[in-house]
Amino acid sequence: MTTGIKTVGVAGSGTMGAGIAIVAARAGFKTIVYDTREEALARARKQTEDFFAKSIERKKLSQERVAGILSDLSGTTDSGALAACDIVIEAVFEDIKVKHGLLAQLDKVCPPHTLFASNTSTLSITEIAAGSGRGDRFVGMHFCLPAQLMKLVEMSPGLKTSEQTFQTAWDFCQAMGQTPVKTRDSPGFILNYFLIPFNNDAIRLVEAGVAAPADIDRAIKTGLGYPMGPLELLDLVGLDTHLLVAEALYASTHDPRAAVPALVRRMIAAGHLGRKTGQGFYAYQGGAMFGG
Amino acid sequence: MKNERRAFILKWETEMKYQIVRAGESRSFSEDHQLVAGAEDSGEIVVIIGANAGNAFRKLGTTVQQAAVLIELGAECLGVHTGEKLALEGSNVLGFARFRLGEGEPANLVELVRQPRTLETAVAVAKQVFESAGLQVAVCGDFAGRIIDRLVRPYYNAALTRLDEGLASAADLDMTLRLGLGYPEGPIELLERTGLADHYDATQALFEAYGDAAYAPARRARVAKQRQKTLEPQMNADERR
Repeated sequence: MTTGIKTVGVAGSGTMGAGIAIVAARAGFKTIVYDTREEALARARKQTEDFFAKSIERKKLSQERVAGILSDLSGTTDSGALAACDIVIEAVFEDIKVKHGLLAQLDKVCPPHTLFASNTSTLSITEIAAGSGRGDRFVGMHFCLPAQLMKLVEMSPGLKTSEQTFQTAWDFCQAMGQTPVKTRDSPGFILNYFLIPFNNDAIRLVEAGVAAPADIDRAIKTGLGYPMGPLELLDLVGLDTHLLVAEALYASTHDPRAAVPALVRRMIAAGHLGRKTGQGFYAYQGGAMFGG
Repeated sequence: MKNERRAFILKWETEMKYQIVRAGESRSFSEDHQLVAGAEDSGEIVVIIGANAGNAFRKLGTTVQQAAVLIELGAECLGVHTGEKLALEGSNVLGFARFRLGEGEPANLVELVRQPRTLETAVAVAKQVFESAGLQVAVCGDFAGRIIDRLVRPYYNAALTRLDEGLASAADLDMTLRLGLGYPEGPIELLERTGLADHYDATQALFEAYGDAAYAPARRARVAKQRQKTLEPQMNADERR
């Protein structure tokens, strides 16, 4: 499988961007991470080094291999450095204006053959592509969190994406060792389209006093064999993050099940964001969960 | 209250026995299940299993002397059997159902249904009865669909609808949800295995109970149900021949 892709750009060095960069670099691609914030790049570099240190510890990668990967992985605050890339995957904030601003800038910097991809989980690929200056060379590549561990990538062509672009991006995804699935350019694609309303419904059961969070989670895990209950998962993701994603999905679909239950806003106001604040649907102390 | 409950559980662990009352075919327990096999001829706890458990409960007469009376439920609420008044209902009578999707095997989960004023001691011994038979228990209020059906039926309807709309192929939908969320089975393969017509029955009942469009059976479930209705008389006729 030859894609012609040798150098990969990742725009945004948050959790998703850093994870995607690990995936690309680990697969042998020269990888450049771009972010406007020096401190964000430093944090991502540290997380990446820690991740690969664990890979060595668990004997998944040799020390020499990791040294090679890290030497091929660089960070920059200069968008001009992405001119060397054959594909750039954007993983910046889920705001179409922010994405359009970035892509317009990259369109001026990158050569015509460079493909653009978006890691958006809720916005329309076609709408993002409209601000990229290269709608035919634009594709959706939604990685799952944490990208460095999850194989699945939801791949969506926009209305103007050429067949060649989609095929090249698909082959590139496989060359990174990922498992692509094709989905239409539709709000939430597959995962979030189903997951967000499901989680909202679970919150509504708590709101309505149907059952306690621990009982709901136990029912779902034991009854259906899911690895986590919806309320445990929400505590892990963070109620504030859930609010952002659900609001974006609701804005696109107007599906009543995507509308954020009032309890979420009350919990956020109270600082009950989940694991990160020590209190969500459960109480946490250190790594331990109480009330489960 | 805590001490009282602890003393009650201690008494249960050392002395209490439960008896099984059979009332037709049970969707929750086969004869060889540990819960049925471990029952005594009489006991302070009565577990009524079978499709006619509600009728059998009414025939029991007074049950106030029991530690708990547990009625197997179908799609109905416990209040259908106990009566309701002013949201103050509740006694030593609880409902239960082992979660089961259509023709699939019952899960290891019992949804235990309580009412607003159900005795905490009755809840505690009911949990003990099921847990001692190796089952997990989730306690819930007396609402149609309890916990799991209430959550999964809209998700299954959405999956079937999005399949029709071409969001992705059935294989890709299933694989995405398996790989992305760690679900053991995707929704389409699960419904095909356990029966789309059964999904229709479950979600139609919830649609009638709540009037929420999310429970309205998806087209594929409606077709499966219509096909079942069409084919059943023909199959019965073939059997008679």
